[in-house]
Amino acid sequence: MPNKLFTTRGTPLDKQRFTWRDLVQKPISKLDDDAFTRVMVILMNGVEAEAIRFQHSAARMNGKLQLALAQVRRKEQHQATMVNWLLGADHSTLETTIGYEQVAIEVTAAVAQTEPDPYLAQVYRFGLLEDFDHMYRYTALMDRLEGKDANNILQSYTDILPGRPTVDEHRDPIDDLRAPYDRTTAAPLSKLHALTIMAGEQQTHNFYMNVGPTYADPIARQLYAEIASIEEQHVTQYESIIDPNESWMEKWLLHEACEVYNYYGCVQQEKNPRIKAIWERFLDYELGHLNFVSDLFKEVERRDPAEVLPEMMPEPIKFESQREFVRQVLAEEVDLRADGPDFVVKKDEPAGSIAYRKQMNSEGSPSQIVAAGYRWAPGTELTLKVVNY
Amino acid sequence: MENRTELGMNRTGLQVSPVHMKKMVEVTELTQPSSDGDEAVANAMRATYIAEADPVGTMPPPATVKGAIKSGIKMMAGKRPQVFLDKLGERLAFERTGTRLYAALIAKCEAPHEGAAAVSLEQLRRFQQEEAEHFALVKESIEQLGGDPTTQTPCADVAGVESMGLMQVVTDPKTTINQSLHAILVAELADNAAWDELIVLARAMGHDEMAVRFEAASAHEMEHLETIRQWHQDATLQDAKAVSH
Repeated sequence: MPNKLFTTRGTPLDKQRFTWRDLVQKPISKLDDDAFTRVMVILMNGVEAEAIRFQHSAARMNGKLQLALAQVRRKEQHQATMVNWLLGADHSTLETTIGYEQVAIEVTAAVAQTEPDPYLAQVYRFGLLEDFDHMYRYTALMDRLEGKDANNILQSYTDILPGRPTVDEHRDPIDDLRAPYDRTTAAPLSKLHALTIMAGEQQTHNFYMNVGPTYADPIARQLYAEIASIEEQHVTQYESIIDPNESWMEKWLLHEACEVYNYYGCVQQEKNPRIKAIWERFLDYELGHLNFVSDLFKEVERRDPAEVLPEMMPEPIKFESQREFVRQVLAEEVDLRADGPDFVVKKDEPAGSIAYRKQMNSEGSPSQIVAAGYRWAPGTELTLKVVNY
Repeated sequence: MENRTELGMNRTGLQVSPVHMKKMVEVTELTQPSSDGDEAVANAMRATYIAEADPVGTMPPPATVKGAIKSGIKMMAGKRPQVFLDKLGERLAFERTGTRLYAALIAKCEAPHEGAAAVSLEQLRRFQQEEAEHFALVKESIEQLGGDPTTQTPCADVAGVESMGLMQVVTDPKTTINQSLHAILVAELADNAAWDELIVLARAMGHDEMAVRFEAASAHEMEHLETIRQWHQDATLQDAKAVSH
């Protein structure tokens, strides 16, 4: 349902108000809410967190924009809080981790199918198979460490299978950099996709770096260390597809558009009415930010925001199971490797990445150890092992 | 707050969505593990960490030499008083957290809720007061031995880790009173066993007088345990409408 939402004024900044009670609402239910409600909560927290980080970077490089950035950023901060605090405390850190990987898989798979640029679509498929493997490794960890079934979180929407083995994902930095889109010719949807996926990967990276040390078990600490390293590579990959020649104002405008685009998708697809009301409110807030930044863009750059923003709102990212697509990509592309910005068959992988990986894995591979012989089964692998009692 | 177990749309089970279930169960057969073995493979790596691990921490020397001499460290000559002080430190920490656990349950019981709760607020407040008194008793005992009651001892630290989940359960607004009672039941079971052990330890270390005071505390804890156990059982049977007559 394409529409002209981008030109709607939304809620003005001075009408965007919060209280602490408002920020901290009752969380979603881990057991009763649909898994895609959690997917949206995690994704939107990532999008908000990226908005905050970007605006801080921009403030450090643009003295004259500092006040405007601080004003918008305060709103983003409180939006991020309200969204992230929707996750209930009965999620163990590993359960939240499974949720994060479900976001990475389902959202990246959806984006890969609607991305208009074939090269960028390939980049997403490449990253997808790596996050897909992380799901399998974390599922094994959760099963073997906590005796819990990851499918309680996934609700059967997402497969638990090995992807491109995490042990093989460690690359030389040169093989993590991709070719950027061209800001003058790229479709607006490509820009929104790139920001969304980069935001998701960045929050995942931050999350693993924060929670990794909270585990007592050495294998858990090592697995988080290993996968956090891949998430760092993913942030490197996804930020490299964004044209570095966009101006700070252009990037800010796109960040706000990205937030509008994603809240719009949440409003369209959320099943929980209470959470949908939050998405609606924040869609209006983001439209307010977009208009505020559009005015600033005109003033600072003497350009029309319409040069950057799409005329019509693109179709939202679909929040639904992408199982068949993922299985197809897995069957066809699991053996792809990266050679600089290009994708090559396994035997052509550059020596630099192979050497780097050999060094990192030389004292054992946590992702291999944790999933030795692992097969997910309904109710955990114990159901395969204990047949009779 | 709902205080009963109700039917609803729990989505965690495989059977919620027959369409997705069919695909999901294929996963077991489709899996080709990327490495051989089983969960025990990780133990070799764990063993290297266990072998080189530092302890959680150590016990400090007595805070005041004078106090220690006066107090009865000498009664433990030839023994290892730091073990006794470590366990006292554990009890001190547990009783302090126990006081807060009861405070959290009292807050929950005072809030409006659906369904009958089989608890007495008056008794809960008394139990909380007794937990605080036990904290004070252990503090005094540590001081008597020349120890520093503000030290977080190794066993106190570990007991704190053990209790983390209990506090999460009781302070979560969405848990029922009966779910919270279960968390407190876990705490009281551990607490009862720990007091029993502490009494044996006090006597073995030559502190009979202290052991007598601990027995009084232990008697309170026994009452807490039996009361909480009964309340939890009654509430569960009541919720199931299976009250036996």
